[in-house]
Amino acid sequence: MNSPASCLTGPPTDQQLIDFVVSEARMIDMQRFEEWLDLFSEDGHYWMPLEWGQTDPRLTCSLMYEDRLLLKIRVERLKGNRTFSQKPKSRCHHVLQTPQVDSRNESANLYQTWTPMHYVETRFDEQQLFAAWATHTLCVEDGRLKIKLKRVDIVNCDAAFGNIQLFM
Amino acid sequence: MGDGHMSRYKGNVEAVRGLVREREVHRDVYIDEEVFQLEMDHLFANTWVYVGHDSQIANAGDYFGTTIGSQPVLMVRHGDGSVHVLFNRCPHKGVRVTTETCGNTGKFFRCPYHAWSFKLDGSLLAIPLKKGYENTGLEESEAIKGLTPVKHVRNYRGFVFAKLNDGGLDFEDFFADSLSSLDNMVDRSPAGRLEVAGGVLRYMHNCNWKMLVENQTDTCHPMVAHESSAGTAIDVWKNAPEGTKKPMAVEIFAPFMSSYEFFEGMGIRVWPNGHGHTGVSHSIHSDYSVIPGYFEQMSEAYGEEKAKAILDENRHNTVYFPNVMIKGPIQLLRLFKPISANKTLVESWTFRLVDAPDVLLERTLMYNRLINAPTSVVGHDDLEMYERAQEGLHVDANQWVNIQRLYSQDEKPDVTAETNGTTEWQMRNQFRAWSKFITMSM
Repeated sequence: MNSPASCLTGPPTDQQLIDFVVSEARMIDMQRFEEWLDLFSEDGHYWMPLEWGQTDPRLTCSLMYEDRLLLKIRVERLKGNRTFSQKPKSRCHHVLQTPQVDSRNESANLYQTWTPMHYVETRFDEQQLFAAWATHTLCVEDGRLKIKLKRVDIVNCDAAFGNIQLFM
Repeated sequence: MGDGHMSRYKGNVEAVRGLVREREVHRDVYIDEEVFQLEMDHLFANTWVYVGHDSQIANAGDYFGTTIGSQPVLMVRHGDGSVHVLFNRCPHKGVRVTTETCGNTGKFFRCPYHAWSFKLDGSLLAIPLKKGYENTGLEESEAIKGLTPVKHVRNYRGFVFAKLNDGGLDFEDFFADSLSSLDNMVDRSPAGRLEVAGGVLRYMHNCNWKMLVENQTDTCHPMVAHESSAGTAIDVWKNAPEGTKKPMAVEIFAPFMSSYEFFEGMGIRVWPNGHGHTGVSHSIHSDYSVIPGYFEQMSEAYGEEKAKAILDENRHNTVYFPNVMIKGPIQLLRLFKPISANKTLVESWTFRLVDAPDVLLERTLMYNRLINAPTSVVGHDDLEMYERAQEGLHVDANQWVNIQRLYSQDEKPDVTAETNGTTEWQMRNQFRAWSKFITMSM
């Protein structure tokens, strides 16, 4: 698999944005987490709201609101020899609807896509299914698309869940 | 014990008492559904159980639906400002009367099935086409009494507790000095008031509720079970460029890896009736960054000396028996709601310190997200251990769970004592209270 949207020479086309989102999900499914981390810009965040229609990640609780440091801690932890909740390891699987390009702001270097998806996370005998929408806010840095914000709204975001250990 | 027949425990006080020994408890307290049912029928009826916070029902007609043990109840704000707790069941056909988890019902509740209506204290207001009940003896029925109220309700500085049975202890006798932890959490607001804020995290656990309660004062697990999360956080942070400001998240994670000596030194205090807390002299919450302007606000409200005393108290986890834990310095409350012997819903509630800087709420919410969410790496560490225990306890070869760390034969039940922070005394304290309150009405 090629690196997503490598070496852009101008503003990304809609198809390049779509390809990026699709290959990002594939990277998670293949558990190429370190490469996945590199898809985030330095100030990039991964946000999974707790509330329906949530607007504030700071003074309203979220399931996840993580900068690169926190994401890096997760990725390192997944590899840890004493990470017992990953013995056996979890696996995951995305089914994406074709991403839709919702907005393009070339002067601000911001592009937004919207992607309905089903996400399956398994561990040993257990399999969980989540339905969610992913909203990607992307930008171009050094000729590559990067994630400024990946927001994942789970349909039943306020339900009582068991462990969710990987990334949607 | 342990052969799987039902009715070994129901009505058998001696058998139930036999589950709790001085230094160990029988596995049936965690895995036996009959024991679980006795907990619901007796333990959760004879003790003061947390219902909710009165800021959730600020205005007349506001309600909030929850459970006490297995009993569906609702908490409602009456027109006169008082808080009532009612069983959430229409007296007619049994339908839950609240429509949402929380909301405002106006001046009365109206059952959505047949429109029977009830005043905010639960009493019957009206029945449509009431002439159909003429000469039927309705006045002698249970139905005419309306929504059954929970008689024993106490609002302590915003925290609403209820006791289902008439027996047991009065509120003050049940909690006594342990209320000092709630006091400290509330006093941390310059206005002396808390408000539920930020939303509640709900996390399903496939384990017995008591494993969670015991873990709150288990100070010998963080550096082991959380090496994967907190230890990794420290390792990753070490590689940050020199001079980078320590992020709030690292301040929260790192103390979980404190040494055994740290936890020994921080101390544990036990109180009568199963309450107790870790962090008598200091805790993993002691070294958080100062929030600009907060101490000045506190000094203005309380005077400098008292403000200092309030903020120098850094209690770690306070367990309110049977199923609540609070963290004063974090303004957080966790409620361990029993669903079955092997299933527990954990609700983690957060509070805003009224009139304090927003950054405190931000830290509270970050703590909750990083430690208590179903997406939390620390939560993953713990749940893995609980689920392994729930499975392992089915081993017949050894049916006892050991809780004798730092046990002494001089240890008396129902005393107040301060001791080494790695003792399992608080777990023993909880089980002595368990034995007392579950058998009280059997």
